Amino acid sequence: MSNMVQAIRMALHVAEERHGVTDIFGEDVGPPLGGAFTATQGLKTSWNSPLDERGIIGASIGLGLAGCRNVAELQFCDYAFNAIDLLKLAGMTHWVSNGDWNLPITIMTPVGSGIRGSIYHSHSFDAMATRIPGFKIAMPSNPRDAYGMLLSCVVDPNPSFFLVPKALMRVRGNPGDEIPGEPGDDRALSKMIDAPLGDRSNWKPQWPDTPDEFIPFGQARVVRSGREVTVVSYGRMLPLCAKAAEALAAEGIDAEVIDLRSLYPYDWQRISESVRKTGRVLYVNEDTEITNFGEHLMRRTTDELFYELKAPPKLLAGAFIPGIGLADNLEMASVPQLPSITESIRSLARLEP
Amino acid sequence: MSSLRTVRSSPGNSPETALSPELLLKLHGLMVKARVLEERLISMYKQGDGYFWIGGPGEEAFNVPLGLLIEKGQGPQYDYCHFHYRNSGTLLAMGAESIDAMRQMKNTATDPYSGGRNFVGHFSKREWNVVPVSSPIEVQYSMVAGTALAQKRAGGRGISIVTGGDAGTAEGDFATCLVWASRPANPLPVLIIVTNNKWGISTGFQGQHGDKRISDRGKAFAIESKTIDGNDPEVAYREIAQAMEYVRSERKPFLLEAVLSRLYGHSSASGANKTNDEADCLTGFEKRLEERKLVGRAQMDEMRASYTAELLLAHKKVKEEPQPDPSTIYDHIFSEKDLVSGAANGGDGFAGDGRSPKGGA
Repeated sequence: MSNMVQAIRMALHVAEERHGVTDIFGEDVGPPLGGAFTATQGLKTSWNSPLDERGIIGASIGLGLAGCRNVAELQFCDYAFNAIDLLKLAGMTHWVSNGDWNLPITIMTPVGSGIRGSIYHSHSFDAMATRIPGFKIAMPSNPRDAYGMLLSCVVDPNPSFFLVPKALMRVRGNPGDEIPGEPGDDRALSKMIDAPLGDRSNWKPQWPDTPDEFIPFGQARVVRSGREVTVVSYGRMLPLCAKAAEALAAEGIDAEVIDLRSLYPYDWQRISESVRKTGRVLYVNEDTEITNFGEHLMRRTTDELFYELKAPPKLLAGAFIPGIGLADNLEMASVPQLPSITESIRSLARLEP
Repeated sequence: MSSLRTVRSSPGNSPETALSPELLLKLHGLMVKARVLEERLISMYKQGDGYFWIGGPGEEAFNVPLGLLIEKGQGPQYDYCHFHYRNSGTLLAMGAESIDAMRQMKNTATDPYSGGRNFVGHFSKREWNVVPVSSPIEVQYSMVAGTALAQKRAGGRGISIVTGGDAGTAEGDFATCLVWASRPANPLPVLIIVTNNKWGISTGFQGQHGDKRISDRGKAFAIESKTIDGNDPEVAYREIAQAMEYVRSERKPFLLEAVLSRLYGHSSASGANKTNDEADCLTGFEKRLEERKLVGRAQMDEMRASYTAELLLAHKKVKEEPQPDPSTIYDHIFSEKDLVSGAANGGDGFAGDGRSPKGGA
């Protein structure tokens, strides 16, 4: 079964073979490296850009204006801030031209902490992305979703962010969540699509025949059904939430875990149905907590579901600090971890007026 | 498009071929039309028929020839236009209607460029490859490599044209443009234009740059470069044609700096009042046309009066046109259709883009 980075690579292969993607580019995206995380190895339309984030986003916009569907990578989302006005312009192109132009571009970038990446390889981007109207935003938590959501990004006629939780890049899905057509044997797949070490100049990947599988924007997934408390998360925090919920079942706490998957548009119907059922909701993500996307979801929960609630809606998010410190203790203390997530669910489930 | 294509493949030669009388009169007519439009836009602002004015009075001698020489159309076989907000003369020369700029000034629902959403001079027209003009300066220089890459791949003679001012070259986007357009593995067909009016809003040239000529910055990238007198439409026409021909045929960038005037200040933010300190390109050109007996003063005055009267009527008409409905703010956040698709189908995809397993594109 593929890990997330292999799933991304297979989706990009399908995108360039069958969905008209003409360019997959960014720093180290093309040969010989094929991406800092190897997500773009072996792709026929991949190429290396200058080390220039403004140029990458600008070129992506220009290619898109010329009808070239493309995937531009920012090597780390931490470096997107250099190009934030260009991202704003991408998001407004259709609107400002009163519907005359559209921009079929995907901005792919690794996000979040979890690899001891220090201050400039650990930022989150989900709150920032939701502050740029005109973009659709996907953030997968497992390989199969990464595959299906990336394909949705590339075929969409609008700009999209494909935010990849970098700590999940090497994580495989649960049994049964294989991408149809991929070999079940990890080593067999690796032999087919992972570039060899050393000289790769004559290497060619053998792509498994994987189908078009689109996970639509705005469609959340219930990862675990439960009756007592709703946990809404996405990206790297999602597997932790699922694990916490499993552990809490032993204590008699029945939590429902929702993987939002798409941050904009987002599946409010799924959230509200769940909250109507449980009366309790915890939003979990690792971005800094002030002006956090979870705060928007809390506001909407309060506005629309106030009389359904048995307890105040809660947010567990990253500390509001300038960066993620390198030392193990610093990183762990900066973003939610399994114990803090477990405790947050537990205390919310047991909270009585 | 023009009646005269006196272009050579080697830039840097001094062009000597004279423009035809018909072309000179066409240039003049469009320059007057563009000036009258800007004057009307300024008076609209001053009468409260618009919240902000910015434009290009003083740049007509450069902007009009540019518009006449652009290969206008949709998709990579035609020129992509990454303009800034002083290109009204270029749009008129391409065939735009004056009244449409006035609609954008008055932010009416009928504004064809943005439906009342954006400032005047912020053109956008997919049918002619005019990409949306934005208020932040210089961002277009980061985007131009993208359309040029698509054009290089598609084959043909389409080029990408980017315009902006001298002060904007301080932004990193200008360096981005020079770097991306001139990579030896894949040089791109970009006509990089800098209109040098020697101002950065209120800051003079001396407070902005140490480079004597902005075109010198092309040298470090082995980009063919030239500085020209942008106040002379004959020079501008010949030099733009020559630079364009180089970009079209060589599929490489050219940096063209045009030194010209700014006649009404930066924008309405600085008052939009006429300055008498700078050369007026129309005055010099009209004197020359008279001397050559191509047109008389009375005839020129008559033409100007006629355009002025026409735009006064247009002003009245625009005032009566509807403002956008508040309910439309949510329109066009997302597109249902891929409007630009098909534009890229002009070529076979990947020929000649420099992409190879050994090196970057």
